[in-house]
Amino acid sequence: MNWAAIAAIYRFEMARFFRTLLQSFLSPVLSTSLYFVVFGAAIGSRIDEVEGVSYGAFIVPGLVMLSVITQAISNGSFGIYFPKFIGTIFELLSAPINFLEIVMGYVGAAATKALFIGCVILVTSTLFVDLHIAHPLAMLAFLVLTCLSFALLGFIIGIWAKNFEQLQLVPLLIVTPLIFLGGSFYSVSMLPPVWQTVTLFNPVLYLISGFRWAFFGIADVPIGVSLLAIAAFTGLCLAIIWLIFRTGWRIRS
Amino acid sequence: MTAILNIKDLRKTYAGGFEALKGVTLDIEEGEILALLGPNGAGKTTLISTVCGLVTPTAGTVTVGGHDSQRDYRAARELIGLVPQEVNLEPFEKVWNTVRFTRGLFGKPRDDAKLEQILRKLSLWDKKDSAVKELSGGMKRRVLIAKALSHEPRILFLDEPTAGVDVALRKDMWDIVAELKADGVTIILTTHYIEEAEAIADRVGVITRGDLLLVEEKAALMQQMGQKQLEVELVAPVSTIPAALAPFGLELGAEGRSLIYSYDTRAERTGITKLLNAIADAGLTLRDVKTRQSSLEDIFVNLVSEEPA
Repeated sequence: MNWAAIAAIYRFEMARFFRTLLQSFLSPVLSTSLYFVVFGAAIGSRIDEVEGVSYGAFIVPGLVMLSVITQAISNGSFGIYFPKFIGTIFELLSAPINFLEIVMGYVGAAATKALFIGCVILVTSTLFVDLHIAHPLAMLAFLVLTCLSFALLGFIIGIWAKNFEQLQLVPLLIVTPLIFLGGSFYSVSMLPPVWQTVTLFNPVLYLISGFRWAFFGIADVPIGVSLLAIAAFTGLCLAIIWLIFRTGWRIRS
Repeated sequence: MTAILNIKDLRKTYAGGFEALKGVTLDIEEGEILALLGPNGAGKTTLISTVCGLVTPTAGTVTVGGHDSQRDYRAARELIGLVPQEVNLEPFEKVWNTVRFTRGLFGKPRDDAKLEQILRKLSLWDKKDSAVKELSGGMKRRVLIAKALSHEPRILFLDEPTAGVDVALRKDMWDIVAELKADGVTIILTTHYIEEAEAIADRVGVITRGDLLLVEEKAALMQQMGQKQLEVELVAPVSTIPAALAPFGLELGAEGRSLIYSYDTRAERTGITKLLNAIADAGLTLRDVKTRQSSLEDIFVNLVSEEPA
């Protein structure tokens, strides 16, 4: 294992993050506050409680997931797309490293950034609602796993993308709808039965449900199923990346 | 001297069917400077990219310091530094960080003293805290070299290091290459400037349409270049070379209208005075005299144009 290389990539990527720390910090704080004002205050005042939890608190896990998933994907995809775009990827390809080391460096850094944003949002939300986390360790585990698995997905998108438009395409067209329709701001039980069934095909549902369970002990789907889903998703991403490097698809001619 | 890099029957056919390398075999000695000459699209960059791991070969083997570049890629790649043709650098990063990054990528432990030494050698030390985008084009190329040297490679590939570079910077680059050679680094550079190959290479390889046509000591090539021809045009054509002129080893020109004398410009005596006197003594009248020197460029152009299109 070339640990020095993993550390070098990780440090290099984090340096990019720290150069724009204020933006990285301010934008999630601002958007979370806006969500709380709109959903928590304006709409939440008309909804009493969801399964015994105040609406303001109920949407916290969904909000954290929304940002964490978006950030993990965008950081994960940009991290590997940028060297491709400016041509510095030649260094990675000519260095004595394998795909796992490249992935650990880039995905590790992207996940760290997403985790940081997630924590910022969590802290910001305590300014608006009283938050009691039922299973803190499980909450942290879900958060870390989500950051990692979506950073992996982002990495795949970054390799697949041939231009900046494609880089935005998957997050905009697929991931954002999946997050919004995955129960971020409502319980699936609030939907008509047909839509409840449809929602079960949305992978993000399992994440948000599991994450919410860690907070409040309530879930749309059993926690074991949630864990299984996220493990399967992570495994799938890793397998795809392994295949990409094995065949050199879109990176090595 | 022993070969540090063995390239054997290396072939590369791109997905579109384009055959960029048609079985290149080449051994590179430790400590030498090899210049690969060839027109654009000849396969120079593909050859370098294949050795460095950017391109997967279709067939053939590359051995670097005894390590197979595919099976034992870690050990092979650790020995190689690559300076690409394009100035590919992260624009917002500081010089110091980007050089340190490369050293890390190659698995080397942090060594600030070594990096300082490299940056000083390349006159980049006072720019170490500048962002790459603030540097001039020449400085950026130096940063690329610093990055390639950061992990102390034994072989350095320079892909057209002086393409689009002004004369002063080109000379600078040659000095850097000479210094690296003095430090014992083996250097393979591609160029389509013949004067560049003449100025710095120990050996010259000519590559065109994916074939390596020739690899020769520059000295041997210079020997050929040192050969000059004197053509003496005669007023009246002759059918044979007069016996008195036999010692000069002359050739008869077209239709016997001229005599051609080959000589070495670097010899102490070229024998021209003697020859002209002898021609006059033989009773021949001169119409015109011209000389012609074959340059590396001639050799190159001949080789390249002999290839069927």
